[in-house]
Amino acid sequence: MNKFVFLIPLLPLLGFLINGLGRNYLGKSLVSIIGSGVLLASFALSVAAFNWVNAPGFKPEVIFYFDFIHTGGLRIPISFLIDQLSVLFLLIITGVGSLIHIYSAAYMHEEAAPHFARYFAYLNLFVFSMLLLVMGANFVVMFVGWEGVGLCSYLLIGYWFGNNEYNKAAKKAFVMNRIGDLGFLLAIFWMIGQFGSISYMEVFAKAPTASVAVITGITMLLFVGAMGKSAQIPLYTWLPDAMAGPTPVSALIHAATMVTAGIYMIARSNVLYTLAPASQDLVAIIGSATALFAATIALKQNDIKKVLAYSTVSQLGLMFLALGVGAYTSGVFHVMTHAFFKALLFLGAGSVIHAMHHEQDILKMGGLKSKLPITHLTFLIGCLAIVGIPPFAGFFSKDEILIAALQKNPVYYVLAVATSLMTTFYMFRLYFLTFGGNFRGTDHQWSHLHESPFAMTFPLIALAVLSVVGGWIGIPTLFMEDAHRLSNFLQPVIAPPSEVHHLEHSVEWMLLGAVLTLVLVAILLAARRYGKNFKVENTETGLSKLLANKWYVDELYDAIVVRPLDALGAFLGRVIDNRVVDGVVNGVGKAVQFGGRQLRLLQSGQVGSYVLLMVASLIAFLILQLFWKP
Amino acid sequence: MYAAFDNFPALLIWLPLVGALLSFFMRSETAAKNVAVLFSLLALGVVGSSLLYVDSKYQALNQVSYVWLPGLESSFAFILDGLTRTLCLLTAVSFPLIFLFIPVGKYKQPHVFYGLMMLTQCGLMGVFMATDALVFYLFWELALIPVYFLSSIWGGEKRIRATFKFFIYTFVGSLFMLIGIIYIYLKTSGSFNLINFYNAALTHQEEGWLFALFFLAFAIKMPLFPFHTWQPDAYEQSPTPVTMVLSGIMVKMGLFGLMRWLIAMLPHGAKAHQTMVVVLAVIGMIYASLIAMRQDNIKRLIAYSSIAHIGLMALGIFTFQQVAVTGVVIQMFTHGVNVVALWMVADLIERQTGTLSMSALGGIAKKAPNLAIFMLVFAFANIALPLTNAFVGEFMIFSGVYAMSPWWAAAAGISIILSAVYTLNMVKNVFYGEAAAAVQGFMDIRPLQSFVFVVLTVLIFFVGVYPGPFLSMIAETVSLIVNKLTGI
Amino acid sequence: MQVMPINYYIFLSVALFTIGIVGVLTRRNAIIIFMCIELMLNAVNVLLVAFSKMHHLNAFAADQLTTVGTEAQLFVFFIMVVAAAEVTVGLAIIVMLYRNIHSVDINFLNRLKH
Repeated sequence: MNKFVFLIPLLPLLGFLINGLGRNYLGKSLVSIIGSGVLLASFALSVAAFNWVNAPGFKPEVIFYFDFIHTGGLRIPISFLIDQLSVLFLLIITGVGSLIHIYSAAYMHEEAAPHFARYFAYLNLFVFSMLLLVMGANFVVMFVGWEGVGLCSYLLIGYWFGNNEYNKAAKKAFVMNRIGDLGFLLAIFWMIGQFGSISYMEVFAKAPTASVAVITGITMLLFVGAMGKSAQIPLYTWLPDAMAGPTPVSALIHAATMVTAGIYMIARSNVLYTLAPASQDLVAIIGSATALFAATIALKQNDIKKVLAYSTVSQLGLMFLALGVGAYTSGVFHVMTHAFFKALLFLGAGSVIHAMHHEQDILKMGGLKSKLPITHLTFLIGCLAIVGIPPFAGFFSKDEILIAALQKNPVYYVLAVATSLMTTFYMFRLYFLTFGGNFRGTDHQWSHLHESPFAMTFPLIALAVLSVVGGWIGIPTLFMEDAHRLSNFLQPVIAPPSEVHHLEHSVEWMLLGAVLTLVLVAILLAARRYGKNFKVENTETGLSKLLANKWYVDELYDAIVVRPLDALGAFLGRVIDNRVVDGVVNGVGKAVQFGGRQLRLLQSGQVGSYVLLMVASLIAFLILQLFWKP
Repeated sequence: MYAAFDNFPALLIWLPLVGALLSFFMRSETAAKNVAVLFSLLALGVVGSSLLYVDSKYQALNQVSYVWLPGLESSFAFILDGLTRTLCLLTAVSFPLIFLFIPVGKYKQPHVFYGLMMLTQCGLMGVFMATDALVFYLFWELALIPVYFLSSIWGGEKRIRATFKFFIYTFVGSLFMLIGIIYIYLKTSGSFNLINFYNAALTHQEEGWLFALFFLAFAIKMPLFPFHTWQPDAYEQSPTPVTMVLSGIMVKMGLFGLMRWLIAMLPHGAKAHQTMVVVLAVIGMIYASLIAMRQDNIKRLIAYSSIAHIGLMALGIFTFQQVAVTGVVIQMFTHGVNVVALWMVADLIERQTGTLSMSALGGIAKKAPNLAIFMLVFAFANIALPLTNAFVGEFMIFSGVYAMSPWWAAAAGISIILSAVYTLNMVKNVFYGEAAAAVQGFMDIRPLQSFVFVVLTVLIFFVGVYPGPFLSMIAETVSLIVNKLTGI
Repeated sequence: MQVMPINYYIFLSVALFTIGIVGVLTRRNAIIIFMCIELMLNAVNVLLVAFSKMHHLNAFAADQLTTVGTEAQLFVFFIMVVAAAEVTVGLAIIVMLYRNIHSVDINFLNRLKH
């Protein structure tokens, strides 16, 4: 098997090259067959790799290809690591990725052929980069993929490049990611300096020899990288704007895969984080704060994709909370279930948008359940999964995080519960505004409403099934002893927390019941408020205005970072460079000119004075020669 | 006579020189262009074949010396080692591409134009290969003079002012260098040879002020903040092929000088001034990036971006670390390739729309998708995205800088972020959005231009994905330089 | 044979030379300045011939065939030839000046400034 591993990322790269170079020559159907085909092939190989890893007696394997950089004591190989964690991510990426590729073929069918091919080329390139990210056996290969997915995110957000707002969003995403990337890069250099290597194996083996301060520094810098890529406070504002891209892109990149790269990174370096409690606390605090903060904003958004985007930020915050409290497996588990139900929700939203002819405002929807039955049903499943109703997937992973948070610190638990209640409320607000009540759009739209084609509903159904059953691989001990198959699977790469003081089962049952009751109450509240009798009110005041405007964070960043930098640039260019630096240079020239002008006065043009000067200097030289003794 | 041609350095000097003379005598433009292309391709062939003869047993092919001024012990001594091979390769690759890219009928008196360009190439090759201080100085000026004429004859509206400033600036710098060369010559056993210069009996104090003399010349040429103000004007006003040569190759003369003729020659002086240069370099990087963010003219934007990149390379050299200096050498090559590519795109835009002001442009991607794709590649190479060539160099430089001081690395890292800001801003304003009035009749690139771009793209990705061969070629020379500084 | 001491020649030459310098410095007429320059040249010529004769006589006493000291007389011829050429050019310039500005007063001539 290890002979064929390189094919997993190479096939999407090949798809990118074929579709990219042949975009003017290939027909749309051929493009979508190539684009989805390479991914399905990758998925098949990933399944094979999974079987290989899952077989008893497997040891994590590093597959070396060639040296990227090798000079003066610095050696960076291009090599892949196949182990339980990477193979799990391979399955998520290629599996969800394949479904979204198929969905895209139908969703993007209105595009002209070259652009259609361009879209698939970008998508394939994204999958290639993402695979590189998770398969790399060292931090540099991860970084290569890391920046690669950033590039693809940029390209796909700005896919409709005619619209300058979209281009701005794309640029913002890339630049904010770059800020995080700088942290990642510095962490890499620190590791090179500290351990002399950047391969996971060596770094993790040598980590216990380093001081806690060093490990804390490295892990915090790594987390800065994760903040950028996984949209955590303070670098989260790009993700809602990233919804400018086509909806399948939002599903694949900005919900299921790329944004979870930060979680992968921290789960991968769990050895380091376990050694640095301060960093863990930071991760947990940022995670829970982001989860709550983003959830508040989602309460008041009216764009169907924006709600889902803030929900993604919030869910990512929960995952970081899990990582921060040491429950790495739970974090990864939630990545997986979240990939299923959030991709499902986004694709469902895409189906709605498709049917509504690119209308995204939920205030102008309503009552769609009769016209879009499959979309409605699958969307509902997604909602139930995200809010954590048993036995849907989200329940299991979220419950694990809540319990882990409680064991660490009750404050985290309260924050996480508050987040999930808000999540419940805004998700069902979204659900009822879109599918419940009466239609609030134009008659023209109503008459053209239609269920999406099979290529779009098939991925919905597949993801809906996964959203139901996906959680069953991690059944907590509360229900059944030793049924957490994911935890057992990941055991070799992620050591379970050492000191676990299990809660009493009765306490757990009680908390579970309380949370579920609250969730049901939240659903009922949402139904009451946004169900049948909903009327659009345009007056937003006080807190709700603050929320609708996203706490004015964008405006704040604009005022304290963007504008001052702009002004500084203008000042440096116009004043310092032109006047001061160039002024000094020109000043030298001017001084020479001035001196010349003064000396010119000696030159009167009178021959007599020249001769006099000549004779005088001759005499002076003569005297000097005769009488001056050095 | 035959003996003067049986080695690579001599061929690399003679071929452009002969090409220049032949071009001068051509009467038709196509003939002049063909001669220039032919001879620059021959030079490329020579550099290319020299890559097969790097082993020390081929020393006679790579290192030569012909007596020039016996009384002064100065001779035409050249060497082709890892460092110079990289730079000669850059020169040899760039020139044919630039020649192919020049449209027919753009410049009056084309035979003089091509002749002067070839003369510049000769000067550049000489600068890079010389191992005799006087010869180095000779070629240093030889490379400058044709550029002066090229810019002042074929340049833009304000060309006289801009080129005059450029000429005076660099000329003053090189005069200081001449003083330094003569002083060191007097301190040697009476020879201009590089080895004797390395072994000159100099006190630490002498090294200190000699450093200042040489550094001024190189810093102006690079240009390093605050000696950079000639550059945006000169780049803006020069005809684009000359700008490509200036920014792609000529600025590397300064960096090259720093390596071979400064830090290795005056190690104590270099150590004593390390902090000063590091501070200047970091300030320059951030300063130029911030200014680049606010430029409206594409040429000026690229010029300031180039200043920022050069600052990074200077910073890398003054870490005195093997990794970083190797990174600088590879970065010199990649920056040359990338910046030439960016100028070509800018030139295409200017040719078709007559303007380079970003506020007047927009939406070119709709009219010329192929050009937009190439531009994206070049832009992301400029940002140093992994798997493009610039990432390799930047990664190595930063890793050296970090080893020297994490804080400086973090400060310099800000320019990584800013480079994304201004480069993507340019892409957005020029290529994306709705097609502006100025780009209505925009035509996509032609086959020959595509060919040039494809070559550049291949270079970008080859070096970016598999830099191993380059690194191993450079490593030995760099370690010779860096070793002079260790243990001081 | 009584030889005139060299001092006499020197005094004469210095006197002539000084007259020449003072003339050049004080007079404004170009022709007179020109004559004063000639005077200085000839003062030097007198000196050259005098020293030449002196050195030759001293050497002649030891060796009848010697040519020592005669070179200076060659210089004198050179100076005379050069002076003649200079006079030709110089007078031509003065004539041209006179034609243009109807004066040979050098105080009117300050075009060298430009």
